[in-house]
Amino acid sequence: MGHPATVGAARDALAGRMIRVDVTGKSFGESPVLGPCRFDIASGECVALTGPSGIGKTTLLRIVAGIDDSFTGRVERPGNIAMVFQEPTLLLWRSVIENLTLIHPDLSRTQALDMLARVGIADKADLFPTQLSLGQQRRLTLARAFAGRPEFLIMDEPLVSLDHETAQSMLRLIEELIAATKPAVLFVTHTLSDAERLATRILELRGSPANPFEHSRKDAL
Amino acid sequence: MTEKSAITALSLIGLLIFWSAAAWITADPQILPSPFSLVAPLLAEIRSGELPYHLGHTLLRVIWAFLLAMTLGTILGLAMGRNDRLNRWLDPWLVVFLNLPALVLIVLCYLWIGLNETAAIAAVTLNKIPNVATVIREGARSLDRELDAMARIYRLSFRTRLRHILLPQLAPFIAASARSGVAVIWKIVLVVEFLGRSNGIGFQIHLYFQLFDVGMVLIYALSFITVMLVVEWGILQPWERRVTRWRVA
Repeated sequence: MGHPATVGAARDALAGRMIRVDVTGKSFGESPVLGPCRFDIASGECVALTGPSGIGKTTLLRIVAGIDDSFTGRVERPGNIAMVFQEPTLLLWRSVIENLTLIHPDLSRTQALDMLARVGIADKADLFPTQLSLGQQRRLTLARAFAGRPEFLIMDEPLVSLDHETAQSMLRLIEELIAATKPAVLFVTHTLSDAERLATRILELRGSPANPFEHSRKDAL
Repeated sequence: MTEKSAITALSLIGLLIFWSAAAWITADPQILPSPFSLVAPLLAEIRSGELPYHLGHTLLRVIWAFLLAMTLGTILGLAMGRNDRLNRWLDPWLVVFLNLPALVLIVLCYLWIGLNETAAIAAVTLNKIPNVATVIREGARSLDRELDAMARIYRLSFRTRLRHILLPQLAPFIAASARSGVAVIWKIVLVVEFLGRSNGIGFQIHLYFQLFDVGMVLIYALSFITVMLVVEWGILQPWERRVTRWRVA
């Protein structure tokens, strides 16, 4: 069994706390989707958010990211955030390398090429994203996310729609990039093995309206 | 020459043959002169400077009206497409102006503003704005909201959002309204000149209509059609190909 993830007091003492989520509620019209959701994420910590489809994982993620403002409560987050969306969400009309340099104007072409090399698509720099496979597009979104050396990385099912082999290779890449950059991470996944592999903590959304429950790794598996 | 260009050229040659045949059957140059009989008077009009003078005036009006209608229509359409409340308020206005005959707006502009250049350009612009706004509104409704979210997350500047996210998504809609805009605007400009200006292709057509000179009416009309085809093939189509090349890459 898990326990509710109202871990604020305990986490106050945690050095390097970066993100504090204190959502008291979120509704779509008359339908409450999220109940109280309180948890912290420390610097360098990787938190997986799991739960059944439609329970509100992406909704909570978007609130934490600052994309969705229509909720009650508050979220403290650092300024330098990156997000990997469910779909690649690329500028399809700009070249692969421009998808890095336009989003991160401080990045030189050499640095952008280095980043593309790290995700294995340096030879595609001058192509359009439409000329890449889905796996390559997702690698580009990872490059975009990590190029800004984010303090807080949010990922919404980054491996969805990928075949097993590509997903495993992406997972290795994500591990490497997180190890090198050490951001606080919050990511949504349906696959508990992915959560177990990447996360230092696992939160599961349950109930209606949904609340996060913290799992021990044994519970999660 | 590509296959497409060859077909276009053959199609235009076919039109000339059809026109020649119709002129031969009519057998009355006052009703329908053959295309080849127009070459000499066309060259005379060019040499005298009459044709370039009137063509220049019409072109200037088309450019002004086009730029104003595209700018204002794009801003209005974008605002209506992005803001449901504004759209609910302004949609009835759009429907009214879409259904207002061009002639009525032209006459009203001349009556309210006077028989001057401002009224002429205002009349054409007001006629075209609703069409541009309608097309751009559809474009604004189809914008990818996830790209907005991405821009927000990565704190992109307004200029970057406009240039690299908003305008590329709207480009097909802007191109569509620009192409139809040019085609419609120059026709309305001719009516405006016909009714209340003392120069321009429309004025010349009015003059030769009164003289029942079908040949000169055709020379002036075709000269401007040629200019518009050059704009379409030389500017609009290459621009459209450039901004949509990522789709075919």
